[in-house]
Amino acid sequence: MEIKEFIQNFADQFEDTDASVFTPETVFHDLDEWSSLVGLSLIAMIDDEYDVTIKGDELRAAKTINDVFELVKSKK
Amino acid sequence: MYNPFTLEGKTVLVTGAGGGIGRATAIACSKMGATLVVTDINAETLAETLSLLETEGSRSHLMFTADLTNDDALDKMVAELPQLDGIVCNAGISKVLPIQFLNTEDMNRIMAINAFAPMYMTQRLYKKKRINKGGSIVYTVSISGVSMVSMGGVMYAVSKNALDAFMRNAALEFAARNIRVNSVNPSRVKTGLIQNSVYSEEEVAKDLQTYPLKRYAEPEEIANSIVFLLSDASSYITGHALIVDGGKTLT
Repeated sequence: MEIKEFIQNFADQFEDTDASVFTPETVFHDLDEWSSLVGLSLIAMIDDEYDVTIKGDELRAAKTINDVFELVKSKK
Repeated sequence: MYNPFTLEGKTVLVTGAGGGIGRATAIACSKMGATLVVTDINAETLAETLSLLETEGSRSHLMFTADLTNDDALDKMVAELPQLDGIVCNAGISKVLPIQFLNTEDMNRIMAINAFAPMYMTQRLYKKKRINKGGSIVYTVSISGVSMVSMGGVMYAVSKNALDAFMRNAALEFAARNIRVNSVNPSRVKTGLIQNSVYSEEEVAKDLQTYPLKRYAEPEEIANSIVFLLSDASSYITGHALIVDGGKTLT
């Protein structure tokens, strides 16, 4: 799995935030558009695309998009 | 002693009895004097429930390990069951998925376990006259899908809403045999279904603030409501969805 594709899939769960905002270092919890629904969508996307189950607490503990990427990679 | 809530002399079937509300209900019914038939798909947790049942009065309880979504397994169990005075259809699962991630596999599984299994089990028990006149059927539904909806809860909501509709139809038809049909509709209960969920601790803490009683239910509190609906204390109540939610749906 590649970070570029992961960021694309990550960004797809947001409606209004510009794609250019999303980088490995993005602190996603701080984005204006962040919500519980986006969180649930990310968990579902990761299950769908990567066949990895992550829990709400794990997503909450992650700060950057790269943290989530590494988490998913470690569970593959 | 005067006690219209007693279940003495009644035989009660509880599905999903291996844990959570099902186990608490089986235990509560046994303490209220019922003879239990408990079922679950998990033999290990079911045996544990059986060992926790009150047996005073030399009652012997039965257990069936079965996957009730399988027609053959269902028919086999129904054929071996004793005559019943109470049925508690409680087995259920949940999976949180926003609508755009819906898929046939997850949806079919939730519908099969939460909605179709209890419907077909009820149908077979009624058709084979396994439910005594004056009997009572209780479904564990939920406020979810019936009184409210939540983000990502669509599959659970749809399955429980289907069961709510079935409950009311059954109440109408089964009145011919004086069999009452009701549901308990809990909000969140402290069971594995919640503890293993995708919600974070912070989300749970925030969610608790939406409950006037500021806590989730203990499984025993749902069980006691089910005992009431099984007992003759509720003999004029049928087709009713009893909300047991710590005030959650007030606001």
